[in-house]
Amino acid sequence: MGINQILNYKLVNNFLHIYAIWLREFKVYLRERSRIVGSLFTPLLWLFIVGSGIGSSTTLSIDVNYQKFIFPGIISMSIIFTSVFYGAYIIWDRKFDFLKSVMVAPISRETIFIGKTLGGMTNSMIQVFMLLIIGLFIGIEYSLVSILQIVFVSVILSFLLTALGLGLGSRMHSLEGFQMIVTFVVFPLFFLSGALYPLDNLPDWLLFLTIFDPATYAVDALRNSTLGIATYSFEFDLFLLFCSTVITTLFGILSFRKMRAV
Amino acid sequence: MISIKNLTKKFDSIVAVDNVSLDICEGEVFGLLGQNGAGKTTIIHMLATLIKPTSGTALINGYDIIKNSSKVRKNIGIVFQAPSSDDMLTGFENLKIHSYLYSVPSELRIKRINELLKLVGLYERKDDIVKKYSGGMRRRLEIARGLIHKPKVMFLDEPTLGLDPNSRKSMWDYIQKLVKEEKITIILTTHYMEEADTLCDRIGFINKGKIIAIDTPQQLKLMIKNNNNYDDNNNTDRYIGDTIKLYFKVTEDIDAKYNNISPILTKNIEILKSFKFVKKVIEKKEVGNKNVVLILHVDDINHNLPIILKSIDNVESIEFSQPTLDDVFFTFTQGKIAEEPEGGFMERYAQYKKND
Repeated sequence: MGINQILNYKLVNNFLHIYAIWLREFKVYLRERSRIVGSLFTPLLWLFIVGSGIGSSTTLSIDVNYQKFIFPGIISMSIIFTSVFYGAYIIWDRKFDFLKSVMVAPISRETIFIGKTLGGMTNSMIQVFMLLIIGLFIGIEYSLVSILQIVFVSVILSFLLTALGLGLGSRMHSLEGFQMIVTFVVFPLFFLSGALYPLDNLPDWLLFLTIFDPATYAVDALRNSTLGIATYSFEFDLFLLFCSTVITTLFGILSFRKMRAV
Repeated sequence: MISIKNLTKKFDSIVAVDNVSLDICEGEVFGLLGQNGAGKTTIIHMLATLIKPTSGTALINGYDIIKNSSKVRKNIGIVFQAPSSDDMLTGFENLKIHSYLYSVPSELRIKRINELLKLVGLYERKDDIVKKYSGGMRRRLEIARGLIHKPKVMFLDEPTLGLDPNSRKSMWDYIQKLVKEEKITIILTTHYMEEADTLCDRIGFINKGKIIAIDTPQQLKLMIKNNNNYDDNNNTDRYIGDTIKLYFKVTEDIDAKYNNISPILTKNIEILKSFKFVKKVIEKKEVGNKNVVLILHVDDINHNLPIILKSIDNVESIEFSQPTLDDVFFTFTQGKIAEEPEGGFMERYAQYKKND
C-alpha cells in the first residue's frame, strides 16, 4: 500500500467513524418525538405569547413590530437551548455505560467530539427549519440569499454552542452540573444576546456585557438577513462567530481529551 | 495472549490494584473473583485502556496497553458491568454503528452482523428497538457488539449480573459456544461462584488489589480442603471439606430406644474410625426427627463413599456435600467482609474523599 492509499484509507475511516457517531445521535433524535415537540413548543410560546404580549404595549424606535423583531432572536434562542442542552446531555451519557463503549473503540477523542458536535448541530438545524416555516405565518419574507445566510449563521452558532455544551458537560460529574450550566450559561447567553431588545439604546454596562456573548452576533446577523436591521455589519458578525467557534471547539476538544472514561 | 506485569493503580493514596502480575494463555477463560471493591473492574479498565496504570503495564496480543493503546483496542472486545447498548436503536443498528467504529470492511459488514445476531440468538429480534429487549437479550447483544471486529480477547465484567437463573444458564451456553467457535481468550469477573466454576479454566482471587490465589477451580477446592487444622482434641473451628451424614432411624421413642441401637452405633463408629480416610466422626441425636446422625469428615468422598456404605449396617439414609467455590471464596476473604463499606471501589474512594 502506498502512502497515498494509507492516507486515503485513514481519512475514509475517519469520516466513517464521525458518520457513525453522528448517525447514532440523529437516529436517537428522530425517535424521541416528545423531545422534538417539546423543543419546538418553547420558541412558539416566546414568539406568540411574549411576542404578542410585550409587542402590544411596546413601540420600537425602528419601524417593525415587536413579534417580527424578536423572530431572529427566537431562532437564536432555539439554537442556544437545543445546542447547549444537547452538549450538556453528555453528563447523562457518562452516567450510563454507553459512552464507555464508544470510548473503548479504536477511534480518537477528537472523532467522538466532532461526531457529537455534528449531531447536536443537526438537531438544532431541524428546529431552525421548522421555525423558518413558522416565520412565514408572521409575515417574514425570505429571499434565496437571506435563506442561505440564515442557514449559514445558524450552522455556525449551533456548532459553536454544541461544542461549548459538550466541553462543559464532559467536565461535570454530577447531574447537578446540568442545572449549573442552564443557570450560568444558557440563560445569560440568551438574555445578553439582544434577542429580545435592540442593542442601540442600551446602558453602557449592558452593552459592554453583550459584546462578550457570541450569540449577540448571531442575532445581529440573523436580524440583518431577515429584517434588514443590524447594529454591526454582516461580515463583522461572521468574523466574531468564526473566532468564537474556534475557541469553543478547542475548548471542547481539550475537555474531551482530558475526560475520564470511567 | 495477555501478560500483566506489576500492574498498579493508585487513586491518590488508596491502592486499588497492587502490583499484579499474571499471564493468561490463548483460548483460556480466566475468572477474576473477589469482593466488591477488590479491584477487578479497575484491572479490566486498565487492560481495556480506559484508565492508565500508575505503574506497571500489560501486553495484549503483543501490544503494550500504554504505548500502543489503539492497537490494543482493535484486539479487544468488552462487555461492561452496566448495560451500554443504545436502547433507542434496534439491535441491528447498534451492531452496525459499532461495525463502523471498528472499521469492519464494508463487504463483510452485513454478513458479520447477521452471523453474530444468530450466534447470540437475537436474529429474529434484530429490528426491534433495544428498549423492548429483556435484560438477558441486552447482555447478549453487548456480547455480539464486543465481537464485531473479531477481537482476540474479550472482557466480560459481570456478564450475568441481574439475570434470572434461566437467562444466566443460557448466557453460559452462549459464552461456551463462543469459546468453542471463535477461539477467543476471555477474562470475566463474577460474583457467582457457580458461574466461575462452570466457565473458567483458571480463577484468580483478588483481595484489596492483590492476587492472593490463582489456580483451576478443582485445585482451589483441593487447596482449601487441605487447609483444615485439627487441634489436640481433634477439633476444628470451621471445617471445609467432604462431609457425609449417615442417618440411623429409630422408629419409637428415641430415649427408650437409644440404648438398644447404641451397640450397633458403637460398632459402626469403631469401623468408621478404623478407616484412614475418615478424619472425624461426630455423633448427634435428632430428637424431633427420631434419628441418630453420624457426621463424618472424610477425604476423597468420590472413592470412599462406596467403601463406607459397604462396611456399615442399619443406615437409613445419607446426605453428603463437597466444598464449592463459595467455600473457597469465604476462605480467602474470611473475616474481611464486615470491614468493607458497600459498593465498588469508586464508591469507597468517594467516601474517602468525603472523610478527607
